[in-house]
Amino acid sequence: MTTAVADAHEHHGPEKGIKRWLFTTNHKDIGTMYLIFSLIMFFAGGAMALVIRSELMTPGLQFVHPEFFNQMTTMHALIMVFGAVMPAFVGLANWMIPMMIGAPDMALPRMNNWSFWILPVAFGILLSTLLMPGGAPASGWTMYPPIVLQTGVAFPFLIFSILLMGLSSIMGAINIIVTILNMRAPDMWLLKMPMFVWTWLITAYLLIAVMPVFAGAVTMLLTDQFFGTSFFLAAGGGDPVMFQHIFWFFGHPEVYIMILPAFGVVSEIIPTFSRKPLFGHDSMVYAASSIAFLSFIVWAHHMFTVGMPLSGQMFFMFATMLIAVPTGVKVFNWIATMWRGAMTFETPMLFSLGFVFLFTIGGFSGVMLAIAPADIQYHDSYFVVAHFHYVLVPGSIFALMAGAYYWLPKWTGHMYNETAGKLHFWMSTIFVNLTFFPMHFLGLAGMPRRIPDYSTQFADFNWMASVGAIGFGLSQLIFVYVLLTSKKGEKATDRVWEAPRGLEWTVPSPAPYHTFDTPPVKRVSEEAFE
Amino acid sequence: MSHAPDSYYVPHGSHWPIVGSIGLLFLMLGVSTWLNGADAGFWVMMAGVGIMVIMLAGWFGTVINESVHGLYNAQVDKSFRMGMFWFIFSEVMFFAAFFGALFYARNMSVPWLGGDSNNFFTNLLLWEGYESTWPTNGPGEVGGDYEVMGPFGLPLINTAILLTSSVTVTIAHHALISGKRAILGTFLALTAILGFIFVYMQAVEYIEAYEHMNLKLTSGIYGSTFFMLTGFHGMHVTIGAIMLTIIWLRVVKGHFTPDKHFAFEAVAWYWHFVDVVWVGLYVFVYWM
Ligand code: HEM
Ligand SMILES: [Cu+2]
Repeated sequence: MTTAVADAHEHHGPEKGIKRWLFTTNHKDIGTMYLIFSLIMFFAGGAMALVIRSELMTPGLQFVHPEFFNQMTTMHALIMVFGAVMPAFVGLANWMIPMMIGAPDMALPRMNNWSFWILPVAFGILLSTLLMPGGAPASGWTMYPPIVLQTGVAFPFLIFSILLMGLSSIMGAINIIVTILNMRAPDMWLLKMPMFVWTWLITAYLLIAVMPVFAGAVTMLLTDQFFGTSFFLAAGGGDPVMFQHIFWFFGHPEVYIMILPAFGVVSEIIPTFSRKPLFGHDSMVYAASSIAFLSFIVWAHHMFTVGMPLSGQMFFMFATMLIAVPTGVKVFNWIATMWRGAMTFETPMLFSLGFVFLFTIGGFSGVMLAIAPADIQYHDSYFVVAHFHYVLVPGSIFALMAGAYYWLPKWTGHMYNETAGKLHFWMSTIFVNLTFFPMHFLGLAGMPRRIPDYSTQFADFNWMASVGAIGFGLSQLIFVYVLLTSKKGEKATDRVWEAPRGLEWTVPSPAPYHTFDTPPVKRVSEEAFE
Repeated sequence: MSHAPDSYYVPHGSHWPIVGSIGLLFLMLGVSTWLNGADAGFWVMMAGVGIMVIMLAGWFGTVINESVHGLYNAQVDKSFRMGMFWFIFSEVMFFAAFFGALFYARNMSVPWLGGDSNNFFTNLLLWEGYESTWPTNGPGEVGGDYEVMGPFGLPLINTAILLTSSVTVTIAHHALISGKRAILGTFLALTAILGFIFVYMQAVEYIEAYEHMNLKLTSGIYGSTFFMLTGFHGMHVTIGAIMLTIIWLRVVKGHFTPDKHFAFEAVAWYWHFVDVVWVGLYVFVYWM
């Protein structure tokens, strides 16, 4: 074992070839794999969205069968949620958290590798269902029984791929929590941590709390299907609605899992380009914690139309509205950070500003949906589709883009192509609104979601939305161009930007394979946290 | 708490995770095709199980080796502890889903089927004459007549066994801390044996339920919650007892010192967790 002892101290770079990626325990390698994987999934899920939008471009059935249409909505959502957004944030966490807190690596490096390498298996299995007899699952990503039990051969593959995604998320979250709690530089006490680290700490807690519940829910689906249990069967004393309760007990915290790290990214970027410290750092922490707490007691706002005692409706309505308070605190803090700042508008800042504006629109429509009597009209309509895409696309995805542009020079050591970046932002912003804004009107006028054909009165807005979706999809190719040329730009300095804060800017660009083998000394870290 | 700052052990590369992923691939593909009715799936599944066992043995073997050679400082030890704590928390939440299903059925869906709250017409039009009770196999009497598994007899003995085993593992822990290796070995072995006896008794209980009481997984919501909760718990006891055995083997080999014995404590925590879940089960599944 003397070799291992030597290994622990001696410095060496990455292994050569494929082994580097298969066996790696390095947080930067693993972060890179997560990010690339999620980008691939983003395009796969995006292609499915385009199938949907092509079919909906004009009334009538033109390209796909209704069954296949339903498979597309289901797979699109599962891939975007579990394959694109979540792994992308885990990728950012892997890359940035150790550097931000002055740690040599993640706390449990081997498990880190496994968390990633489960994902290709899970999504390989999920995607393979497209080729099976009966096709992919078509129940919608919410997988409500009894309809999900009509899935054909794909059914057990669906359940087990979800269990694998859950396993990966739980292990990733445990690693992140332990890293944050145990690996900080000696003088970085909790309330000094950067916002991105804070929001990830809370997110990881949410993940560990709710992914197992989701695993339990799909396990009950599996046993109802194959082993004759009656969890969701009224004749046996169970209840299909019970699935909805368990699912949304997971599902609502899940949406915060996709947005809290986005809050964190934006909270890093806005101060840098406003050249002011984050306004109300501690109140941001308390706001994020309140959001996390409230996220556990609002789930039935997804179920206002399903039948629930009146007292339940009232409770879930008011609890949901309460979330607007801490969310508002965050939005106002971002604005206060910019107030009288010396602002510049590089691509990361543009995406962050787009985030603040457009996410807030999604937040407003969320408050509308929280009003139980009104939701009885909005429920399962395109209004809902508009709402959650505003928080997910110009919300989570924009924050991911912002983060990618912000830290790309730290990763590659070169500045990216700013013109292309700005073009990417403006095209995305125009098209994202063209896609999703008309959906509000469609929904209010009564167009249901998850439907391959519609009445001709909805034709115009649907056509706009489809044009927008194609435009949005093409705009993302600019991002690929930026990535492919990301090593061609001028050399980046260590600080990269004019006034960034945080330890990651004290190490060279590109960041060396191993950072902080010894925790940064007080002097350095103080300067960095100010 | 001070630690040599430069010695957080970061391993350089490991092939076990990817072996684990391949194992999971076989396992999941196998079990899925098997459930779909293809017999060959069973063998694919078993191949997956085999790969997973090799992976776990190899991975833990590596970690034990590194630990024995003193590569882990106090900070690494703390990472492991925290990791185990959060893992157990995730397990708690997994059980919470099934307990949630039990409470929901007992307090909501079953009374509603019987016409409670504003469900008068549900009862009248769909399930006329159904009166809600617990236990129940539902208005459709799914699975036919069955007998209820009472709280006395085997389940009570099993409760005593698990509670005793929690005490014995604690005695073993104290013995480890105060360096009394003989007591440590004896009581740890005793704990593992109690664990296996529990599993055996549960098997007897299940056979009794299936063969003489017509109480099955398919006996409506009562059978579903009963077997899922006790079944997942029994699975955890089995895993826990295997882990206790491995720890015992390590004790026999002379591993662990009074101040460094993370693996022992991790398994002891796990064992207490399994114990607490059982108390919940005993109260809500068997007794109330
Ligand atoms: C990038 C551009 C995107 C476009 C053009 C798009 C488009 C669509 C469309 C057309 C639907 C089907 C609506 C229906 O027929 O009911 C849909 C559903 C959905 N999308 Fe997206 N989407 C995009 C991105 C995303 C992202 C990033 C996420 C999540 C992180 C996401 C999550 C969902 C979910 C959860 C559903 C609901 C599926 C269901 O009904 O079960 N989408 N999307
Ligand atoms: Cu919600």
